Amino acid sequence: MQNEPKPVWEAAAEDESGSNGSMTPSHAPAPTTPVIRLEGIEKWFGNTRALQGINLVVWPGDFLVLLGRNGAGKSTLLRVIARLAKPSSGRILVREIDISRHTDQVRVQLGFVAHSSYLYSNLTARENLRFFGRMYQMEKLEERIEETLRWVGLDESADRRVRGFSRGMQQRLSIARATLHGPEILLMDEPFSGLDLEASALLSTWMREFIGRGKTILMATHDLEQGLAFVNRWALLEKGTIAEELSGDPGKIRERYKQFLRERRGAFS
Amino acid sequence: MVHFLNQVGAILWKDILTEFRTKDAITSMLLFGLLVILMFHFAFEPDSLETEKYGPGLLWVTFIFAGMLGMNRTFAGEKENDNLQSLMLAPVNWGAIFIGKMLANLLFMLMAETVILFCFSIFFNVNLVPRLGWVALITFLGTLGFASAGTILAAVSMNTRMSDVMLPILFLPVALPAILGAVESTAAALTDPPGEALGFWLKFLVVYNIIFITLPLLLFDYVLEE
Repeated sequence: MQNEPKPVWEAAAEDESGSNGSMTPSHAPAPTTPVIRLEGIEKWFGNTRALQGINLVVWPGDFLVLLGRNGAGKSTLLRVIARLAKPSSGRILVREIDISRHTDQVRVQLGFVAHSSYLYSNLTARENLRFFGRMYQMEKLEERIEETLRWVGLDESADRRVRGFSRGMQQRLSIARATLHGPEILLMDEPFSGLDLEASALLSTWMREFIGRGKTILMATHDLEQGLAFVNRWALLEKGTIAEELSGDPGKIRERYKQFLRERRGAFS
Repeated sequence: MVHFLNQVGAILWKDILTEFRTKDAITSMLLFGLLVILMFHFAFEPDSLETEKYGPGLLWVTFIFAGMLGMNRTFAGEKENDNLQSLMLAPVNWGAIFIGKMLANLLFMLMAETVILFCFSIFFNVNLVPRLGWVALITFLGTLGFASAGTILAAVSMNTRMSDVMLPILFLPVALPAILGAVESTAAALTDPPGEALGFWLKFLVVYNIIFITLPLLLFDYVLEE
């Protein structure tokens, strides 16, 4: 029992009391094999170019945040990496596997948390996880479901329909869904959007745990206040291109981003 | 193949569970179908000759319009929380999504049609019992074709601005050959003895089904992907 993962709300409580410093992300020198490599990614929607010439390398253990205003291309970039949208040109390699040729091999390694919960509201929490587990052809599925429900603190609500869940509970279940199959890379699109303070704290704690295990997160946001304490890399997107890549202290990055936005606003006025 | 069938089974089971909890599709198909049969009955008050002549057409028009109400709901559950994207993110052959959805549509339509058929036989005074085998086979083949064409067209229309209107506009021209085959074979089956044309129209329906199950399987990736 001692080895069981703690429910995220308990970990959040520890976090608030200032304990547990072991989950900070490792910022060790970059290993030789990148987790994700984007080469010259372009994406057109009709005559509109949503992404242009995106080159990016992401290493294991990176927590990379894509910053930018609405329409900068953050969500499109995540969708292209997740293969929800085909790039118009360019190449995406996940652990050196070309995603266009071996899509299923790559999909197993990805988890996606978005503003939408991706949950079926007329199914129970357990039925939702069972369904997604079957989609991923998981072995020992029932054990894994029990473990995951306990971990996100929904074991007692496992047989309730999702329709009756609060937004915070849905987000916890959404995280359970996205990580049920044990992905190495998590793509998150505005995951804090619409969450209350408690749910945001839970999500932050959980992201720290994920990074602490040497896994990788790419998160798109325009919110500079939420869950950024463990970020080690930043990419500022503007008009579908990476305008700047940054790393270092979140406070300084925040200032730089505000300045970046002021400069851009100036350029358009 | 086992993985593919497992995934088809999971999607089908999920849709069955959802439908039996909400009863959205089946209730609307049943109510609409019964109302149409009732209206046709009072509008025509058909004698046996007229029933033989117009009955199959009225029956399949009822099936089609009732079925479209159900088909419009095919991807409603997937749109609710952008769930379709979560399916697309999984290592799933997207053909499995199509087959799972198509089988769910087929099942719900057949359930509604069974009740409608029963009411049709009462209101139009048609004794279906001696031809039950033929009628069941024709109903299955016709509905399979509708479910298959309807499922891919529901996927096409789901992201359009007026998807409820778009589906019938896309579906009816495509379903026309199947409607023709189903009506003609039903008419042939209801004559005593069954007409010679029955064999031809049944083969016609089988060919339609082969085409409209194979084509969507090949095209479904393009329909889902941006």
